[in-house]
Amino acid sequence: MEKKTLFDKIWDAHVIKSIPDGPDVFFIDKHFIHEVTSPVAFLNLEKRGTKVMFPERTVATPDHNVPTIDQDKTIKDQLSRMQVEKLRENCKRHGIDLHDLGTDHHGIVHVIGPELGITQPGMTIVCGDSHTSTHGAFGTIAFGIGTSEVEMVFATQCIMQAKPKKMRITVDGTLGRGVSSKDIILYIISQISASGGTGYFIEYAGSAIRSLSMEARMTICNMSIEMGARGGLIAPDETTFNYLEGKDLAPKGEAWDQAVAYWKTLKTDEGAEFDLEYHYNAVDIEPMITYGTNPGMGVKVRESIPTTEGMKESVKKSYIKSLDYMGFKPGEPMKGKKIDYVFVGSCTNGRIEDLRTVAEFVKGKKKADNITAWIVPGSREVEKKAMEEGLVQILEEAGFKLRQPGCSACLAMNDDKIPSGKYAVSTSNRNFEGRQGPGSRTLLASPLTVAAVAITGEITDPRDLIEELALEK
Amino acid sequence: MAYDKFDVLTSRMVPLSTENVDTDQIIPARFLKATERKGFGDNLFRDWRYDSEGNPKPDFVLNDPTYEGKILLAGRNFGSGSSREHAVWAIYDYGFRCVVSSFFADIFKNNCLNIGVLPVTVTPEFADELFAAVEADPSAEVEVDINKQTITLLSTGRSESFDINSYKKQNMKNGFDDIDYLLNLKTEIQAFEAGR
Repeated sequence: MEKKTLFDKIWDAHVIKSIPDGPDVFFIDKHFIHEVTSPVAFLNLEKRGTKVMFPERTVATPDHNVPTIDQDKTIKDQLSRMQVEKLRENCKRHGIDLHDLGTDHHGIVHVIGPELGITQPGMTIVCGDSHTSTHGAFGTIAFGIGTSEVEMVFATQCIMQAKPKKMRITVDGTLGRGVSSKDIILYIISQISASGGTGYFIEYAGSAIRSLSMEARMTICNMSIEMGARGGLIAPDETTFNYLEGKDLAPKGEAWDQAVAYWKTLKTDEGAEFDLEYHYNAVDIEPMITYGTNPGMGVKVRESIPTTEGMKESVKKSYIKSLDYMGFKPGEPMKGKKIDYVFVGSCTNGRIEDLRTVAEFVKGKKKADNITAWIVPGSREVEKKAMEEGLVQILEEAGFKLRQPGCSACLAMNDDKIPSGKYAVSTSNRNFEGRQGPGSRTLLASPLTVAAVAITGEITDPRDLIEELALEK
Repeated sequence: MAYDKFDVLTSRMVPLSTENVDTDQIIPARFLKATERKGFGDNLFRDWRYDSEGNPKPDFVLNDPTYEGKILLAGRNFGSGSSREHAVWAIYDYGFRCVVSSFFADIFKNNCLNIGVLPVTVTPEFADELFAAVEADPSAEVEVDINKQTITLLSTGRSESFDINSYKKQNMKNGFDDIDYLLNLKTEIQAFEAGR
């Protein structure tokens, strides 16, 4: 029998037709939409006089440009309000489920999909958002699409896609103290660069990956796009099944048993071939931080910014441009740099485990005076749990400001903007120029590192504080 | 949505050699709030093109009258990051029909082909030659021929072929989009869905 990768198994099962010297007609099981990349797709669909073919396969929520305060009031920004209202109208007209602002399951689309049990192993999932790769944590083929493709999914539940090449990244071993899944993915991207995954779909494997919770796996798959890969997935296992069991939209009873039996077949056959493989050892991974303007520009927190020695002239030009934007110089140490803002949130690290990590670390401490600290839960459910678990109180006592769910300062479409020239250490996914507001300077890190920065007011290796605390005790 | 057919394009180039230009630079998120596809060209490269007051920055290439043309000559890994098709709308609406680079981000490239902007991938060496040519003579022209799948620097006659699958090539040549094709498969799709 032909040996197949997990990716092949899911991909091949969703191809309706292959066009010779062209793409595959690729069937989509679940389609997530939000207010920003859907309105033009709806508009064009209606211009064609076409309807949404399978409305029950699409789920909507407004997340990208919603305010994160006073969500019960009318949205002040006129354009944002119009987009959210359009989403409401369009969903109503086409019979699409909408998790609207203020409802129990409102939140960032990539947080609520898994929470509700919509995301299940073996599925194909798309959304007009590149971080759709998040859902790969469940053993799904999930990736971001453009608005033309959103329209295709509305009209036909299919898109035209050429099958990507296959890459496997294996991380074996045990993670050290203070090292999280965010550090794993920032480390991998720093190794293979912000474009090293282009043209590939990744499978993450190895004992270090297997040991991660579902939320930690989502963080890894989420940032697959940051190395240029379309997406990344992880074979489902007991951790996956335990997470999904009992979720609102997960199968129940006999259907559950059948589903699990199928899901257990979703793994790469031994001997199946990948186009490219990378192997890493967990002991080499330490708390990471970025210093430049793409996610590949990352180092260990205790390290210095790489020098330009040996760099090709064309590369050097872009490198220096990037460091100039950040106000950094080659060779400078990262530790000790003053920071102005911390942001905990986003589809990368805005889940309950992330909030728990931060709360546990800052408990009984106060944020530094120079720091403005924002926490934006990924969903209403995360917010609710944070309240029930007493995390909100801990965080507020430490000086963090808890906001309402949304994408918020990850892309700063709403008012949550980091001011020009200010430094923000963020749990989000992109450190592009102006990503968190015009002129803002973003450094990406794990929730634990962000918590440490909040307390000291400067770039800090969280392990230094953990050790200090241990000594005090 | 239908777009203008692409056949043979002879044009000068606008050079932007910066590497890893992400779609947040092409069009910042705060300009994605429209509910119609209108006016995106005005905000193409917004924060590189204009200062915070909205005044053009003279050192940015789009503000330099020396350079013009329908071809954007871009650095390596162009279009990385967000899947926003708005980035390609901005490029198209500004007046570019073709982007040339030694390396494109995947989703960006797909989006280009879906709305009628031709992404032409050249070797790093040829990209360097094109940058050098336009630096030496801003009026240097290239010819992009989708039929022959070639890009030629007219002053030297140096030429390279580029890849595009025949399905997408036909679409670009005729101004078709994928939906027309997919809508014709409705029966097959219905049957496939019913089996899931």
